Amino acid sequence: MLAVGLAALGILVATALTLSAFQENMMFYVEISDVKAGKVPNNRNFRVGGLVKTGSVHREEGEIELSFVLTDTANELTVVYDGVLPDLFREGQGIIAHGRMGSDGNFMADTVLAKHDENYMPPEVAGSLAKQQAANSAATTEETDPATEETTE
Amino acid sequence: MWKFFHKLASPPHFYDLANKIIPWFIVPAILLITYGTIAGLFFAPMDYQQKDAFRIIYIHVPAAYISMMAYMTMAISAGIGLIWRMKLAHAVAAACAPIGAWFTFLALITGSIWGRPMWGTWWEWGDPRLTSELILLFLYFGYLALRAAIDDTSKADRSSAVLALVGAINIPIIHFSVEWWSSLHQGPTIVREGGPAMPMEMLLPLLAMILGFTFFFGAVLLRRLRTEVLYRERRTGWVKRMIQPAGGEA
Amino acid sequence: MDILAMGGYGYYIWSSFGLGLAVLVITVVQARRHHDAVYREIEQRLKAMEEVK
Repeated sequence: MLAVGLAALGILVATALTLSAFQENMMFYVEISDVKAGKVPNNRNFRVGGLVKTGSVHREEGEIELSFVLTDTANELTVVYDGVLPDLFREGQGIIAHGRMGSDGNFMADTVLAKHDENYMPPEVAGSLAKQQAANSAATTEETDPATEETTE
Repeated sequence: MWKFFHKLASPPHFYDLANKIIPWFIVPAILLITYGTIAGLFFAPMDYQQKDAFRIIYIHVPAAYISMMAYMTMAISAGIGLIWRMKLAHAVAAACAPIGAWFTFLALITGSIWGRPMWGTWWEWGDPRLTSELILLFLYFGYLALRAAIDDTSKADRSSAVLALVGAINIPIIHFSVEWWSSLHQGPTIVREGGPAMPMEMLLPLLAMILGFTFFFGAVLLRRLRTEVLYRERRTGWVKRMIQPAGGEA
Repeated sequence: MDILAMGGYGYYIWSSFGLGLAVLVITVVQARRHHDAVYREIEQRLKAMEEVK
Protein backbone atom coordinates (compact mmCIF):
# COMPACT_ATOMS: atom_id res chain seq x y z
CA MET A 1 0.00 0.00 0.00
CA LEU A 2 2.78 2.42 0.96
CA ALA A 3 4.81 1.28 -2.02
CA VAL A 4 1.90 1.99 -4.36
CA GLY A 5 1.40 5.40 -2.78
CA LEU A 6 5.05 6.18 -3.40
CA ALA A 7 4.70 4.95 -6.97
CA ALA A 8 1.74 7.29 -7.51
CA LEU A 9 3.74 10.18 -6.07
CA GLY A 10 6.68 9.28 -8.31
CA ILE A 11 4.42 9.35 -11.37
CA LEU A 12 3.08 12.75 -10.38
CA VAL A 13 6.59 14.13 -9.92
CA ALA A 14 7.72 12.60 -13.25
CA THR A 15 4.79 14.27 -15.04
CA ALA A 16 5.54 17.65 -13.45
CA LEU A 17 9.24 17.39 -14.35
CA THR A 18 8.38 16.39 -17.94
CA LEU A 19 6.06 19.36 -18.34
CA SER A 20 8.58 21.79 -16.91
CA ALA A 21 11.34 20.41 -19.16
CA PHE A 22 8.99 20.85 -22.10
CA GLN A 23 8.07 24.41 -21.20
CA GLU A 24 11.68 25.34 -20.55
CA ASN A 25 12.74 24.14 -23.99
CA MET A 26 9.70 25.54 -25.78
CA MET A 27 10.16 29.02 -24.35
CA PHE A 28 13.59 29.46 -25.77
CA TYR A 29 12.63 28.99 -29.38
CA VAL A 30 13.53 32.23 -31.13
CA GLU A 31 12.52 33.41 -34.62
CA ILE A 32 15.29 34.33 -37.05
CA SER A 33 13.82 37.85 -37.33
CA ASP A 34 14.08 38.24 -33.54
CA VAL A 35 17.65 36.97 -33.56
CA LYS A 36 18.46 39.56 -36.21
CA ALA A 37 16.82 42.26 -34.06
CA GLY A 38 19.00 41.21 -31.13
CA LYS A 39 16.10 39.82 -29.11
CA VAL A 40 17.89 36.75 -27.76
CA PRO A 41 18.12 35.36 -24.21
CA ASN A 42 21.28 36.44 -22.40
CA ASN A 43 23.93 33.86 -21.55
CA ARG A 44 21.62 31.04 -22.36
CA ASN A 45 21.30 28.50 -25.13
CA PHE A 46 18.24 28.82 -27.32
CA ARG A 47 16.78 27.21 -30.41
CA VAL A 48 16.32 28.64 -33.83
CA GLY A 49 14.60 27.01 -36.80
CA GLY A 50 14.37 27.49 -40.53
CA LEU A 51 15.45 26.10 -43.88
CA VAL A 52 19.01 25.43 -44.94
CA LYS A 53 19.55 27.89 -47.79
CA THR A 54 20.37 26.14 -51.06
CA GLY A 55 24.04 26.49 -51.94
CA SER A 56 25.01 27.88 -48.54
CA VAL A 57 26.54 24.79 -46.91
CA HIS A 58 30.23 25.41 -46.65
CA ARG A 59 33.00 23.27 -45.21
CA GLU A 60 36.76 23.84 -45.34
CA GLU A 61 38.88 21.00 -46.71
CA GLY A 62 39.74 18.55 -43.93
CA GLU A 63 37.73 20.40 -41.28
CA ILE A 64 34.76 19.07 -39.31
CA GLU A 65 33.40 22.55 -38.74
CA LEU A 66 30.87 23.66 -41.31
CA SER A 67 28.73 26.70 -41.81
CA PHE A 68 25.42 27.25 -43.56
CA VAL A 69 22.79 29.92 -43.87
CA LEU A 70 19.46 29.37 -42.11
CA THR A 71 16.55 31.17 -43.71
CA ASP A 72 12.85 31.76 -43.05
CA THR A 73 12.71 33.06 -46.66
CA ALA A 74 12.77 36.69 -45.42
CA ASN A 75 15.61 36.72 -42.88
CA GLU A 76 18.92 34.89 -42.85
CA LEU A 77 21.28 33.74 -40.13
CA THR A 78 24.68 32.10 -40.52
CA VAL A 79 25.09 28.97 -38.40
CA VAL A 80 28.46 27.45 -37.48
CA TYR A 81 28.52 23.84 -36.33
CA ASP A 82 31.18 21.18 -35.70
CA GLY A 83 29.14 18.16 -34.60
CA VAL A 84 27.54 15.15 -36.26
CA LEU A 85 24.79 16.04 -38.74
CA PRO A 86 21.52 14.07 -38.89
CA ASP A 87 21.09 11.95 -42.02
CA LEU A 88 18.24 14.17 -43.21
CA PHE A 89 20.42 17.29 -43.23
CA ARG A 90 20.61 18.73 -46.74
CA GLU A 91 20.09 21.96 -48.58
CA GLY A 92 16.48 23.12 -48.54
CA GLN A 93 15.76 20.97 -45.45
CA GLY A 94 13.92 22.32 -42.41
CA ILE A 95 16.20 22.15 -39.38
CA ILE A 96 16.35 23.30 -35.75
CA ALA A 97 19.65 24.37 -34.21
CA HIS A 98 20.46 24.62 -30.48
CA GLY A 99 23.18 26.98 -29.39
CA ARG A 100 23.96 30.64 -28.75
CA MET A 101 25.14 33.74 -30.56
CA GLY A 102 28.87 34.11 -31.12
CA SER A 103 30.66 37.44 -30.83
CA ASP A 104 30.93 37.59 -34.63
CA GLY A 105 27.14 37.59 -35.07
CA ASN A 106 27.03 33.96 -36.21
CA PHE A 107 24.98 31.34 -34.42
CA MET A 108 27.26 28.79 -32.76
CA ALA A 109 25.26 25.55 -32.79
CA ASP A 110 25.96 22.63 -30.47
CA THR A 111 23.15 20.48 -31.89
CA VAL A 112 21.51 20.45 -35.30
CA LEU A 113 18.23 18.53 -35.68
CA ALA A 114 16.48 17.85 -38.98
CA LYS A 115 12.75 17.89 -39.61
CA HIS A 116 11.08 16.02 -42.40
CA ASP A 117 7.78 16.59 -44.11
CA GLU A 118 4.77 14.27 -44.31
CA ASN A 119 5.53 13.12 -47.86
CA TYR A 120 6.92 9.67 -48.37
CA MET A 121 7.81 8.46 -51.86
CA PRO A 122 10.22 6.17 -53.68
CA PRO A 123 13.43 7.80 -54.98
CA GLU A 124 12.38 7.31 -58.66
CA VAL A 125 9.12 9.17 -58.09
CA ALA A 126 10.91 11.97 -56.27
CA GLY A 127 13.39 12.12 -59.15
CA SER A 128 10.79 12.43 -61.89
CA LEU A 129 8.79 14.92 -59.81
CA ALA A 130 11.88 17.03 -59.45
CA LYS A 131 12.50 16.92 -63.22
CA GLN A 132 8.93 17.92 -64.00
CA GLN A 133 9.01 21.01 -61.89
CA ALA A 134 12.70 21.73 -62.22
CA ALA A 135 12.08 25.31 -63.24
CA ASN A 136 10.10 26.48 -60.25
CA SER A 137 10.99 23.76 -57.72
CA ALA A 138 12.97 26.03 -55.40
CA ALA A 139 10.09 28.45 -54.96
CA THR A 140 7.34 25.84 -54.46
CA THR A 141 9.16 23.59 -52.00
CA GLU A 142 9.92 26.57 -49.80
CA GLU A 143 6.29 27.64 -49.85
CA THR A 144 4.89 24.22 -48.98
CA ASP A 145 7.47 23.15 -46.42
CA PRO A 146 5.87 23.00 -42.96
CA ALA A 147 9.03 24.32 -41.38
CA THR A 148 8.51 27.60 -43.20
CA GLU A 149 5.05 28.04 -41.75
CA GLU A 150 6.35 27.76 -38.21
CA THR A 151 9.22 30.10 -38.59
CA THR A 152 6.98 32.77 -40.02
CA GLU A 153 4.16 32.31 -37.49
CA MET B 1 -32.40 -9.73 -29.79
CA TRP B 2 -32.71 -8.47 -26.23
CA LYS B 3 -32.35 -11.97 -24.99
CA PHE B 4 -29.07 -12.24 -26.85
CA PHE B 5 -27.67 -9.08 -25.26
CA HIS B 6 -28.83 -10.16 -21.88
CA LYS B 7 -27.11 -13.46 -22.31
CA LEU B 8 -23.95 -11.72 -23.56
CA ALA B 9 -23.86 -9.46 -20.52
CA SER B 10 -24.29 -12.34 -18.14
CA PRO B 11 -20.83 -13.08 -16.74
CA PRO B 12 -20.69 -16.88 -17.21
CA HIS B 13 -21.76 -16.58 -20.83
CA PHE B 14 -19.36 -13.77 -21.48
CA TYR B 15 -16.54 -15.78 -19.93
CA ASP B 16 -17.19 -18.67 -22.35
CA LEU B 17 -18.07 -16.57 -25.37
CA ALA B 18 -14.92 -14.41 -25.09
CA ASN B 19 -12.81 -17.55 -25.26
CA LYS B 20 -14.63 -18.64 -28.41
CA ILE B 21 -14.26 -15.34 -30.24
CA ILE B 22 -10.59 -14.68 -29.41
CA PRO B 23 -9.46 -16.78 -32.45
CA TRP B 24 -11.55 -14.49 -34.69
CA PHE B 25 -9.27 -11.66 -33.60
CA ILE B 26 -5.94 -13.42 -33.29
CA VAL B 27 -6.02 -15.13 -36.71
CA PRO B 28 -6.58 -11.93 -38.75
CA ALA B 29 -4.07 -10.18 -36.46
CA ILE B 30 -1.35 -12.73 -37.27
CA LEU B 31 -2.14 -12.71 -41.00
CA LEU B 32 -2.18 -8.91 -41.28
CA ILE B 33 0.94 -8.38 -39.16
CA THR B 34 2.85 -11.07 -41.06
CA TYR B 35 1.89 -9.53 -44.41
CA GLY B 36 2.57 -5.98 -43.19
CA THR B 37 5.99 -6.87 -41.79
CA ILE B 38 7.19 -8.75 -44.87
CA ALA B 39 5.79 -6.22 -47.33
CA GLY B 40 7.00 -3.27 -45.27
CA LEU B 41 10.52 -4.60 -44.76
CA PHE B 42 11.22 -6.17 -48.13
CA PHE B 43 8.74 -5.07 -50.81
CA ALA B 44 7.80 -1.46 -50.11
CA PRO B 45 10.17 0.91 -51.93
CA MET B 46 12.49 2.95 -49.75
CA ASP B 47 11.78 6.62 -49.12
CA TYR B 48 13.63 9.17 -51.25
CA GLN B 49 14.82 11.10 -48.16
CA GLN B 50 14.95 8.60 -45.32
CA LYS B 51 16.02 5.62 -47.44
CA ASP B 52 15.50 2.30 -45.63
CA ALA B 53 15.22 3.96 -42.20
CA PHE B 54 11.65 4.93 -43.06
CA ARG B 55 10.61 1.25 -42.63
CA ILE B 56 10.50 1.87 -38.86
CA ILE B 57 7.17 3.55 -39.67
CA TYR B 58 5.60 0.07 -39.98
CA ILE B 59 6.10 -0.58 -36.28
CA HIS B 60 6.16 2.95 -34.83
CA VAL B 61 2.91 4.32 -36.30
CA PRO B 62 0.73 1.26 -35.48
CA ALA B 63 2.13 1.25 -31.92
CA ALA B 64 1.41 4.97 -31.50
CA TYR B 65 -2.08 4.45 -32.93
CA ILE B 66 -2.85 1.64 -30.46
CA SER B 67 -1.43 3.67 -27.56
CA MET B 68 -4.06 6.35 -28.22
CA MET B 69 -6.89 4.05 -29.32
CA ALA B 70 -6.48 1.94 -26.15
CA TYR B 71 -6.65 5.10 -24.04
CA MET B 72 -9.81 6.27 -25.78
CA THR B 73 -11.39 2.82 -25.28
CA MET B 74 -10.37 2.98 -21.63
CA ALA B 75 -11.72 6.51 -21.07
CA ILE B 76 -15.01 5.90 -22.89
CA SER B 77 -15.61 2.60 -21.05
CA ALA B 78 -14.74 4.27 -17.75
CA GLY B 79 -17.26 7.04 -18.56
CA ILE B 80 -19.98 4.52 -19.40
CA GLY B 81 -19.18 2.67 -16.19
CA LEU B 82 -19.51 5.85 -14.14
CA ILE B 83 -22.72 7.07 -15.75
CA TRP B 84 -24.67 3.85 -16.14
CA ARG B 85 -22.96 1.93 -13.31
CA MET B 86 -22.07 -0.86 -15.70
CA LYS B 87 -19.59 -3.27 -14.15
CA LEU B 88 -18.57 -4.75 -17.48
CA ALA B 89 -17.65 -1.28 -18.76
CA HIS B 90 -15.36 -0.75 -15.77
CA ALA B 91 -13.85 -4.17 -16.44
CA VAL B 92 -13.11 -3.13 -20.06
CA ALA B 93 -11.39 0.05 -18.84
CA ALA B 94 -9.26 -1.90 -16.37
CA ALA B 95 -8.31 -4.43 -19.07
CA CYS B 96 -7.20 -1.70 -21.53
CA ALA B 97 -4.59 -0.07 -19.28
CA PRO B 98 -1.74 -2.61 -19.22
CA ILE B 99 -2.00 -3.23 -22.98
CA GLY B 100 -2.09 0.49 -23.72
CA ALA B 101 0.95 1.05 -21.51
CA TRP B 102 3.00 -1.54 -23.41
CA PHE B 103 2.13 -0.02 -26.81
CA THR B 104 2.91 3.47 -25.53
CA PHE B 105 6.31 2.18 -24.43
CA LEU B 106 6.79 0.63 -27.88
CA ALA B 107 5.81 3.86 -29.66
CA LEU B 108 8.23 5.89 -27.52
CA ILE B 109 11.15 3.53 -27.91
CA THR B 110 10.78 2.96 -31.66
CA GLY B 111 10.32 6.71 -32.11
CA SER B 112 13.57 7.23 -30.26
CA ILE B 113 15.35 4.63 -32.43
CA TRP B 114 13.96 6.32 -35.55
CA GLY B 115 14.76 9.84 -34.33
CA ARG B 116 18.43 9.15 -33.72
CA PRO B 117 19.54 8.74 -37.36
CA MET B 118 16.89 10.98 -38.95
CA TRP B 119 16.43 13.98 -36.67
CA GLY B 120 19.79 13.61 -34.97
CA THR B 121 18.57 12.95 -31.44
CA TRP B 122 17.18 10.12 -29.32
CA TRP B 123 14.98 12.50 -27.40
CA GLU B 124 14.02 16.17 -27.61
CA TRP B 125 12.57 17.73 -24.47
CA GLY B 126 11.04 20.67 -26.26
CA ASP B 127 9.02 18.52 -28.66
CA PRO B 128 5.27 18.58 -27.88
CA ARG B 129 4.44 15.15 -29.35
CA LEU B 130 7.27 13.41 -27.51
CA THR B 131 6.24 15.15 -24.29
CA SER B 132 2.53 14.36 -24.60
CA GLU B 133 3.20 10.72 -25.53
CA LEU B 134 5.47 10.37 -22.48
CA ILE B 135 2.69 11.84 -20.34
CA LEU B 136 0.36 9.22 -21.85
CA LEU B 137 2.69 6.54 -20.46
CA PHE B 138 2.59 8.24 -17.04
CA LEU B 139 -1.22 8.36 -17.22
CA TYR B 140 -1.33 4.60 -17.81
CA PHE B 141 1.11 4.06 -14.92
CA GLY B 142 -0.94 6.36 -12.70
CA TYR B 143 -4.14 4.53 -13.61
CA LEU B 144 -2.57 1.13 -12.84
CA ALA B 145 -1.01 2.37 -9.58
CA LEU B 146 -4.31 3.87 -8.44
CA ARG B 147 -6.19 0.63 -9.12
CA ALA B 148 -3.51 -1.37 -7.32
CA ALA B 149 -3.71 0.97 -4.32
CA ILE B 150 -7.45 0.48 -3.75
CA ASP B 151 -8.56 -2.95 -2.56
CA ASP B 152 -12.29 -2.40 -2.97
CA THR B 153 -13.06 -3.09 -6.65
CA SER B 154 -15.98 -0.71 -7.05
CA LYS B 155 -14.09 2.12 -5.32
CA ALA B 156 -11.08 1.41 -7.54
CA ASP B 157 -13.41 1.47 -10.57
CA ARG B 158 -14.82 4.88 -9.72
CA SER B 159 -11.55 6.59 -8.75
CA SER B 160 -9.61 5.23 -11.71
CA ALA B 161 -12.49 6.16 -14.05
CA VAL B 162 -12.20 9.79 -12.97
CA LEU B 163 -8.45 9.70 -13.63
CA ALA B 164 -9.00 8.08 -17.05
CA LEU B 165 -11.55 10.76 -18.01
CA VAL B 166 -9.43 13.69 -16.84
CA GLY B 167 -6.40 12.25 -18.65
CA ALA B 168 -8.38 11.93 -21.89
CA ILE B 169 -7.62 15.61 -22.56
CA ASN B 170 -4.10 14.43 -23.45
CA ILE B 171 -5.31 12.47 -26.51
CA PRO B 172 -6.32 15.48 -28.67
CA ILE B 173 -3.15 17.18 -27.43
CA ILE B 174 -1.01 14.30 -28.80
CA HIS B 175 -2.94 14.36 -32.05
CA PHE B 176 -2.90 18.10 -32.71
CA SER B 177 0.44 18.88 -31.04
CA VAL B 178 2.24 18.96 -34.38
CA GLU B 179 -0.15 21.65 -35.60
CA TRP B 180 -0.34 23.71 -32.41
CA TRP B 181 3.37 23.88 -31.61
CA SER B 182 6.61 23.61 -33.49
CA SER B 183 7.55 19.92 -33.57
CA LEU B 184 10.12 17.68 -35.15
CA HIS B 185 7.19 15.49 -36.18
CA GLN B 186 5.67 16.11 -39.57
CA GLY B 187 1.99 16.77 -40.26
CA PRO B 188 -0.53 13.97 -40.89
CA THR B 189 0.44 11.55 -43.69
CA ILE B 190 -2.47 9.11 -44.00
CA VAL B 191 -5.60 11.08 -43.14
CA ARG B 192 -5.33 14.52 -44.66
CA GLU B 193 -6.80 16.77 -47.30
CA GLY B 194 -5.95 15.57 -50.79
CA GLY B 195 -5.46 11.94 -49.73
CA PRO B 196 -2.48 10.14 -48.18
CA ALA B 197 0.98 11.59 -48.90
CA MET B 198 2.28 8.11 -49.67
CA PRO B 199 2.07 5.79 -52.69
CA MET B 200 -0.04 2.63 -52.43
CA GLU B 201 2.87 0.17 -52.20
CA MET B 202 4.07 1.98 -49.05
CA LEU B 203 0.61 2.66 -47.66
CA LEU B 204 -0.92 -0.81 -47.93
CA PRO B 205 1.52 -2.57 -45.57
CA LEU B 206 1.11 0.32 -43.11
CA LEU B 207 -2.68 0.02 -43.13
CA ALA B 208 -2.35 -3.76 -42.74
CA MET B 209 -0.10 -3.27 -39.70
CA ILE B 210 -2.50 -0.76 -38.12
CA LEU B 211 -5.47 -3.08 -38.69
CA GLY B 212 -3.45 -6.11 -37.53
CA PHE B 213 -2.41 -4.34 -34.32
CA THR B 214 -6.05 -3.37 -33.76
CA PHE B 215 -7.19 -7.01 -34.05
CA PHE B 216 -4.33 -8.01 -31.77
CA PHE B 217 -5.38 -5.40 -29.22
CA GLY B 218 -8.94 -6.79 -29.39
CA ALA B 219 -7.70 -10.33 -28.75
CA VAL B 220 -5.58 -9.39 -25.72
CA LEU B 221 -8.37 -7.14 -24.43
CA LEU B 222 -10.82 -10.07 -24.53
CA ARG B 223 -8.32 -12.27 -22.74
CA ARG B 224 -7.79 -9.69 -20.01
CA LEU B 225 -11.52 -9.04 -19.83
CA ARG B 226 -12.13 -12.69 -19.00
CA THR B 227 -9.70 -12.38 -16.09
CA GLU B 228 -11.46 -9.22 -14.87
CA VAL B 229 -14.86 -10.95 -15.04
CA LEU B 230 -13.51 -14.01 -13.24
CA TYR B 231 -12.00 -11.91 -10.46
CA ARG B 232 -15.06 -9.72 -10.01
CA GLU B 233 -17.33 -12.79 -9.88
CA ARG B 234 -15.05 -14.81 -7.60
CA ARG B 235 -17.64 -15.10 -4.84
CA THR B 236 -20.51 -16.17 -7.09
CA GLY B 237 -21.86 -19.65 -7.57
CA TRP B 238 -20.95 -20.11 -11.21
CA VAL B 239 -17.26 -19.42 -10.56
CA LYS B 240 -17.25 -21.84 -7.61
CA ARG B 241 -18.95 -24.55 -9.67
CA MET B 242 -16.57 -24.00 -12.59
CA ILE B 243 -13.37 -24.09 -10.55
CA GLN B 244 -14.36 -26.86 -8.13
CA PRO B 245 -16.96 -28.92 -9.93
CA ALA B 246 -16.72 -31.76 -7.41
CA GLY B 247 -16.28 -29.46 -4.44
CA GLY B 248 -18.44 -29.51 -1.33
CA GLU B 249 -20.68 -26.75 -2.57
CA ALA B 250 -23.76 -27.92 -0.74
CA MET C 1 23.50 -9.72 -46.19
CA ASP C 2 22.18 -6.65 -48.00
CA ILE C 3 18.77 -7.33 -46.56
CA LEU C 4 20.14 -7.41 -43.02
CA ALA C 5 22.18 -4.24 -43.53
CA MET C 6 19.16 -2.22 -44.74
CA GLY C 7 21.37 0.43 -46.29
CA GLY C 8 23.23 1.00 -43.04
CA TYR C 9 20.07 1.31 -40.96
CA GLY C 10 19.95 -2.39 -40.05
CA TYR C 11 20.51 -1.92 -36.31
CA TYR C 12 17.76 0.67 -36.07
CA ILE C 13 15.25 -1.28 -38.15
CA TRP C 14 15.86 -4.73 -36.72
CA SER C 15 15.87 -3.51 -33.13
CA SER C 16 12.55 -1.70 -33.74
CA PHE C 17 10.92 -4.78 -35.23
CA GLY C 18 12.47 -6.99 -32.54
CA LEU C 19 11.02 -4.78 -29.82
CA GLY C 20 7.66 -4.82 -31.60
CA LEU C 21 7.62 -8.62 -31.59
CA ALA C 22 8.73 -8.62 -27.94
CA VAL C 23 5.84 -6.35 -26.93
CA LEU C 24 3.32 -8.54 -28.80
CA VAL C 25 4.62 -11.65 -27.02
CA ILE C 26 4.85 -9.96 -23.60
CA THR C 27 1.28 -8.64 -23.69
CA VAL C 28 -0.10 -12.11 -24.51
CA VAL C 29 2.05 -13.92 -21.94
CA GLN C 30 1.21 -11.34 -19.26
CA ALA C 31 -2.52 -11.62 -19.98
CA ARG C 32 -2.36 -15.43 -19.74
CA ARG C 33 -0.34 -15.37 -16.52
CA HIS C 34 -2.70 -12.87 -14.95
CA HIS C 35 -5.65 -15.12 -15.75
CA ASP C 36 -3.91 -18.19 -14.35
CA ALA C 37 -2.89 -16.33 -11.18
CA VAL C 38 -6.46 -15.15 -10.53
CA TYR C 39 -7.80 -18.64 -11.26
CA ARG C 40 -5.35 -20.28 -8.83
CA GLU C 41 -6.07 -17.68 -6.16
CA ILE C 42 -9.78 -18.46 -6.29
CA GLU C 43 -9.06 -22.18 -6.33
CA GLN C 44 -6.94 -21.91 -3.18
CA ARG C 45 -9.50 -19.77 -1.41
CA LEU C 46 -12.20 -22.33 -2.17
CA LYS C 47 -9.95 -25.10 -0.89
CA ALA C 48 -9.23 -23.22 2.33
CA MET C 49 -12.93 -22.59 2.85
CA GLU C 50 -13.63 -26.28 2.46
CA GLU C 51 -11.03 -27.19 5.07
CA VAL C 52 -12.64 -24.80 7.53
CA LYS C 53 -15.94 -26.58 6.96
